[in-house]
Amino acid sequence: MIDNADAPAPVKTEEAGIYWSLRLYVAGQTPKSLAAFANLKKICAEHLKGRFEIEVIDLQENPHLARQDNIIAIPTLIRKLPEPVRKIIGTLVNTERVLVGLEIRELPANPGQPSGDGRG
Amino acid sequence: MVIDASPPIALETTLSKCPTGILGLDELTGGGLPKGRPTLVCGGPGCGKTVFGLEFLVRGATVYDEPGVFVTFEERPEELARNVASLGWDLAGLEAGGRLVIEYVQVERSEIEETGEYDLEGLFIRLGAAVDAIGAKRMVLDTIESLFSALPNEMILRSELRRLFRWTKDKGLTTIITGERGENTLTRHGLEEYVSDCVVDLSVRVKSDIATRRLRIIKYRGTLHGTNDYPFLIGSNGFSVLPITSIGLDYETSSARVPTGIARLDAMLGGQGYFQGSSVLITGTAGTGKTSLAMAFARETCAKGGRCLYFAFEEAVSQIIRNMASIGMDLGRWVEAGLLKFHAARPTTFGMEMHLLTMYNLVKEFEPQAVIIDPISNLSSVGNEDEVKSVLTRFVDYLKGLGATTMFTDLTSSKSYGEYTETSISSLMDTWILLRNIENSGERNRALFVLKSRGMDHSNQVREFVLSDQGLQLADAYLGPDGMLMGSARVSQQARDREDTARRARELSDKKRSFEARRALLESQMAVLRQNLALMDEEMAVAESETKAQGEALAKTRDDMAKIRKAD
Repeated sequence: MIDNADAPAPVKTEEAGIYWSLRLYVAGQTPKSLAAFANLKKICAEHLKGRFEIEVIDLQENPHLARQDNIIAIPTLIRKLPEPVRKIIGTLVNTERVLVGLEIRELPANPGQPSGDGRG
Repeated sequence: MVIDASPPIALETTLSKCPTGILGLDELTGGGLPKGRPTLVCGGPGCGKTVFGLEFLVRGATVYDEPGVFVTFEERPEELARNVASLGWDLAGLEAGGRLVIEYVQVERSEIEETGEYDLEGLFIRLGAAVDAIGAKRMVLDTIESLFSALPNEMILRSELRRLFRWTKDKGLTTIITGERGENTLTRHGLEEYVSDCVVDLSVRVKSDIATRRLRIIKYRGTLHGTNDYPFLIGSNGFSVLPITSIGLDYETSSARVPTGIARLDAMLGGQGYFQGSSVLITGTAGTGKTSLAMAFARETCAKGGRCLYFAFEEAVSQIIRNMASIGMDLGRWVEAGLLKFHAARPTTFGMEMHLLTMYNLVKEFEPQAVIIDPISNLSSVGNEDEVKSVLTRFVDYLKGLGATTMFTDLTSSKSYGEYTETSISSLMDTWILLRNIENSGERNRALFVLKSRGMDHSNQVREFVLSDQGLQLADAYLGPDGMLMGSARVSQQARDREDTARRARELSDKKRSFEARRALLESQMAVLRQNLALMDEEMAVAESETKAQGEALAKTRDDMAKIRKAD
């Protein structure tokens, strides 16, 4: 299930059962943090309906947590599950790049949503 | 190099310094790095940037009570700890004691995707947390340039770096930023444009196959600093920067004397030997007995209970001990007693500076009263004349500061013959003894001169230096009508002299005897004459009395005649 890039067609059904665990690191309620969170919520709602959880970690409150995921830039999004861990930095404005970064693909189970929608 | 203790500048405007604890660097910079400001340390790979930074923190934590944060972008903390364990730094122990935090910031571009704006607040928060955890006063970023390869947006990165350096200043952190040397710039990514207070450049120079590390302070705003290339070493105790200029001439001078180990040499040097803490140079061509003379001094020092450190650059220790046994010197005894310490190494093993550091460290450890380097001429194979001279100058100054007597031997080539030193250091020396082979009537003999000896009434005489199984002796060189005689010529001349003396004594006693005989003769003659004289006197007296008696008889007869004639 990791190597789904080679054979996209058969894994699609498998992917439907995958649970996405995302973690967003922010530092206070800065515009960048808020923008990143809003963008992330939108992307997840569109592409990962009901199969995700977002954990927001505010490093201003828990500075020691920055070490565990080796956070340098803010905001940073970490894909904890499915493995392997992926990292995206920035305000997540470009949905396509977020999808590529998180390796999220369109779900065939949702025919109402045409392929390519939401990209760009 | 050291800033005047009372500069005519108001106190607030003077830059306060943060001592690094790195041997030699604080002297060079007049107290250390700019306090509360960033310093850039740049250099090529393997120049010692990381060690420089780590030592700054370790010394800060252990000596100056200033905890520090080491931010490593490249090496893992455990690798780092392992690498510097050989320098005797216990990073884990310092971390456990809350004196040091090693913050590992791992950056790998491959796993980072970027979309939209971001900043490095995460890094700031981590550094801030680490600084606050131990109340750090110092920080090292090694090497922050890694971020350039990890983060795609250089513009953001540059503005964030600017913010980072501002942040360290606001926090009052004395910071070292390391940077890899670029093609034509000090650092590959132009870090020097952010760090304007102090820039230190580390490099490695290879000359005659021997590498020397060099340190240069390119810039140090608002302070006097040494501008030269200074050699430095990473030895077993960490970093040491060695100023070329001498440490100074302000050491105390002792008037105590130390015997040379040869009684007659003591006599030549004002009767008491060398000055304690002076420098002695023994020059001579091959086989003139330089080592023997030096060892005699070593033995004498040990016999008096002093410690002697012997740097042998030519012979193995066992060989020296064996050879010295042949002239009646038992050195093994003093080695066992721990008073005599040998350090034998080929000069070409290290660069000049490494030798100096090794010597410094050994001297520091052993605290000798006498230090012997045998011979210094071999050192010229690793450095040029200037380098050797500068190293020796500093070493002599250092030893004089400690009050240890220094003895150097120097092999001169037979061509130059005499008052010349291979490394032109004679002006540094207080006492200079010249040994010379003199060839005469089919043999070579050793002659010893005291060329100079500062501060004492020394002999101007040439002595013959005799090595035998009885030990070392100085004999008077024989000055005869044929010039100076030495060796067997001297011995035969002495025999002839003895013969002459005996002959003259014999002649004298002969003469004395003949004089006495003549005297006896004369005296006996005088006795005869005196006897004759006495006889003559006697006869004279008899004649006188006879004449008188005759006269009286005549007068009586005349009276009688007149009475008879009844004259009137």
